[in-house]
Amino acid sequence: MDHATPVPRLAVDRLCKSYGSGPQAKEIIRDLSFEVAAGEVVCIVGPSGVGKTTLLKCITGLQPLTSGEARIDGQPIDGPPEQMALVFQDYHRSLMPWLTVRKNIRLPLRHLRLGRAEENQRIDEAIEAVGLSHATELYPWQLSGGMQQRVAIARGLAYRPEILIMDEPFASVDAQTRFELEDLCLRIREQFGMTILVVTHDIDEAVYLSDRVVVLGSKPAHVVEVVTVNLPRERDQITTRATKAFVDERTRVLSLIKNPHRQEMADA
Amino acid sequence: MTTADITVNHLTARRRPRRRSRRVPSWLKWALAVGTPTLLLAAWWVASARSSSTFFPPLEEILTRFQQLWLFAHFPTDVVPSLANLAGGYALAVVVGIVLGFVLALVRPLRWLLEPIIHFVRSIPPVALVPIFITMIGFGNDMRITSIALAATFPTLIATMDGIRSVDGTLKDVSVVYRLTRTEKFTQVYLPAAAPQIFAGLQVSLQIAFIVMIASEMLGASTGIGALTLTAQQSFMIADMWAGVLLLGVLGFVINKLFDLVKARILAWYFGAKEAQRDS
Repeated sequence: MDHATPVPRLAVDRLCKSYGSGPQAKEIIRDLSFEVAAGEVVCIVGPSGVGKTTLLKCITGLQPLTSGEARIDGQPIDGPPEQMALVFQDYHRSLMPWLTVRKNIRLPLRHLRLGRAEENQRIDEAIEAVGLSHATELYPWQLSGGMQQRVAIARGLAYRPEILIMDEPFASVDAQTRFELEDLCLRIREQFGMTILVVTHDIDEAVYLSDRVVVLGSKPAHVVEVVTVNLPRERDQITTRATKAFVDERTRVLSLIKNPHRQEMADA
Repeated sequence: MTTADITVNHLTARRRPRRRSRRVPSWLKWALAVGTPTLLLAAWWVASARSSSTFFPPLEEILTRFQQLWLFAHFPTDVVPSLANLAGGYALAVVVGIVLGFVLALVRPLRWLLEPIIHFVRSIPPVALVPIFITMIGFGNDMRITSIALAATFPTLIATMDGIRSVDGTLKDVSVVYRLTRTEKFTQVYLPAAAPQIFAGLQVSLQIAFIVMIASEMLGASTGIGALTLTAQQSFMIADMWAGVLLLGVLGFVINKLFDLVKARILAWYFGAKEAQRDS
């Protein structure tokens, strides 16, 4: 499968991140590179505490890099890029408790000056997509965790970023909701042509969602391997997960996570 | 699937059936809220009915004087100006306190520069500032409004500073990632997020403003509730003095209730969220 477009939508190039400096410096990320082509869904998996959230904060311009760079369409990122939206890991803290669902989704749209009609249309579409039409006038704290997470996703959708980045977006919702949100994720890729980057610690989820999976090793975070998932683009929660191909991919990714060194030695 | 299963278990564990706390029924609360003061008043009435003590006149006499003085002979000449001073001074304090608190929370060098001075001035008992303003501004309403405003600024100022500085990091990140404008960030994120703390400061400010309103009238003034009450005491019109104190009590109570109403309205989301958290 050939993903190489001349300029990838998102490129992370020898990214390094340390906190502090001198002998006390704590190295979090070392020489990390990967690329995401336009319209691709890529998952980043790795052991917990590896620095996945830090990596996302570097890519979204929330934290400065120590060295290397991240680029969107070839342009280095030096601050939050306007083509990007981030769905935060702790969704219940990322929603404004003083705003209703609808107003939460509206807030980032105001400064885009879309006009009332366009603004409302985008909000309605996003709410429709995540299935929250019945809850628009409720406050986030009146909703369950899964519903709050959908609001956070809807806020990202309505913003219509070229690149949607999600940090363990489905970590604390029940299995049923998780499947729905995963399918939602694939649907919006088709519907809006978004490029999607998801951090997760769930390998099944990574394989199910992705065109490619970036497997990270820890201490400091580095890329063990980028796995191309050999599954058809159309996925289905029941049939896809039952295929041999799915199980094979899953086994491959899992063994890379469990035994990163063997792979590295094989590479060397 | 293990991860998903663990997540589900974790979730259900957090959502155990609501444990209803043993809540006091609301009718009982109301009965107590109305009944207790009524009972106390009745006891005062009965106990003081035949009082011949100069200092503790019968409640009946106090209430008669209350009605004669405040309803409404002195209302326009003394009560209204007092309340106008309170409103003016408090409004000034609120605006200055919130704006300055905002600026100091966000501009670090300015905070380093001013914080020691602020903490010094606010440790002076507010009432002690009144004589200074009398010498500087005189006995007029300007002096009273200035005293009220200055004394009442500090609680709001400090609460606002703390509130803005403790805005959740995730909310700040959200406003950065979604590229909110500076105005949006301040008015749509920082201000509401700090509102619960700001309101706690506003409430203390209001109480201080009320105290300073009375104190500023007790020094060299001839009009106002404070002046009238003090004059009554000095000329041995004890029932009038009690009537003044009673009025202050009623006013303080009503003003606080009004404040609570406004607070409950503006912070409805905050109390709602807290309730939701407790129930889960």
